[in-house]
Amino acid sequence: MDAIFLTFILMLSIFLGFELITKVPATLHTPLMSGANAISGITVVGAIALAGNGQQDLANWLGAGAVALASINVVGGYMVTDRMLAMFKKRGG
Amino acid sequence: MDVSPFTTEFAYVIAAALFIYGLKLLGSAATARRGNTISSIGMLLAIVAALLDQGIVEYQWIFAGFLVGGAIGAAASRLVQMTAMPEMVALFNGFGGLASLLVGAAAITGDAGLFTLVTIVLSIFIGGVTFTGSLVAYGKLSEKISSAAVQFGGQQVVNSVIVIAIFVSGYMFTQNPETPLWLFVMIGLSLAFGIMAVIPIGGADMPVVISLLNSYSGLAACAAGFAINNNILIVARSLVGASGIILTQIMCKAMNRSLSNVLFSGFASVSSEETVVEGEIKPISAEDAYYILEAATNVAIIPGYGMAVAQAQHVVKELTELLEKNGAEVSFGIHPVAGRMPGHMNVLLAEADVPYDQLLEMDEINPRMENMDVAIVIGANDVVNPAARDVESSPIYGMPVINVDQARTVFVLKRSMASGFAGIENPLFYKDNTRMLFGDAKESIGSLVRELGNS
Repeated sequence: MDAIFLTFILMLSIFLGFELITKVPATLHTPLMSGANAISGITVVGAIALAGNGQQDLANWLGAGAVALASINVVGGYMVTDRMLAMFKKRGG
Repeated sequence: MDVSPFTTEFAYVIAAALFIYGLKLLGSAATARRGNTISSIGMLLAIVAALLDQGIVEYQWIFAGFLVGGAIGAAASRLVQMTAMPEMVALFNGFGGLASLLVGAAAITGDAGLFTLVTIVLSIFIGGVTFTGSLVAYGKLSEKISSAAVQFGGQQVVNSVIVIAIFVSGYMFTQNPETPLWLFVMIGLSLAFGIMAVIPIGGADMPVVISLLNSYSGLAACAAGFAINNNILIVARSLVGASGIILTQIMCKAMNRSLSNVLFSGFASVSSEETVVEGEIKPISAEDAYYILEAATNVAIIPGYGMAVAQAQHVVKELTELLEKNGAEVSFGIHPVAGRMPGHMNVLLAEADVPYDQLLEMDEINPRMENMDVAIVIGANDVVNPAARDVESSPIYGMPVINVDQARTVFVLKRSMASGFAGIENPLFYKDNTRMLFGDAKESIGSLVRELGNS
């Protein structure tokens, strides 16, 4: 049942993703990609659970590594996207 | 920390809603920055919810990871040059892939069911390919390794063998999850395949590869989300996956090539091309170019990767201001694959304070090209090559291009007469209305700026 439920979520999100992303103008494609990098960092949520379960040593190490890598994406991705978007100005604005 | 699973899951739902709303606001340049902030609030919420989850008993590993990763990310985002954005995105794709690989590996437990094992295999495979593929892309973009396409006989056979071996070792692993041997074989092969998949792709095709790896890194985390039964991972990463796939499609369409053509064939060797190019090359001095520019009322500027390499965006902005002061209307024509990643030129020009409503897409500027007195091509080549329109034997025939040759006069700023990345002859340089301004783009525009400024 879980598998079906998760697949259902996957299917809906993919369609939603397509709808949303096709509306992003070409001007913003680079910030879109770096923003996507940041959202990719959501892996951190999974990594947290694995790094902190206090069970196996190896899983903790792997989890901590994943937390570090994913935080690079989260922090770096959002900050650089913000830096870029701050530069986009309208004429006379 | 006694927070019920229900609360955690509910926080994830809100986080997903914030991601989606943030992406929606990215649909317009005016609201995009707010969208990014909203999306980051969603991320914060998801992280806090994950931290308060009752399964977590140890925090030292988590915070160590946060500190290291956060510091690296913050430093990188401050220090990176806008011209180096493609490299940075490529690296970030790679980190995302590796993170998924680690999560997949860490999720292996003795009592995992078949479905979980299959998703673990997928997240390790896609994560590994994304990781090394992105590193190779990074190396090519930053010119740390040759950006030329590396191809050898039997390449596709070797790749097919690797893929089959990955499937076999993945299958063996799901059958014997207790023995790590098959797992290590699979990780090694996935890493190797990432390298093999990207080395045959040349520098000019990098926009496609980055977009594709972007979507892979999304798919990898989707699989990881299945592996650890976490729906926020699935929602967030399918959004990323969708964005990568759409950008990949746009890039391929803008080059009139199929994805498989980009991935497997590079630009097939085009040495035996027999385009008869008529006319001769007519160089022009900055001074003469100035006289033409001074009389112009409509000017189009078409930037390409060469502008990024020469870091010429700021002096281009200066030139634009002087031309506008002189009464000319200046617009920019941006080809979808100009530069090394989608939207690369737009970011560079935004950095130089060029307002985004002055940047026109190919379909907007082409109908106006006939009314342009001067079209200035800065470090672009293939995206303005009329052979794509006229010469059926040309390897880029059918690719949509910006029709600069329809402008009254075309200035091409170019370092030398060597052909572009794809190595394709460009008849534009030989047209009657084309003038070549040789030299470093930044210096050439600088001398134009001086001429205009002195008048």
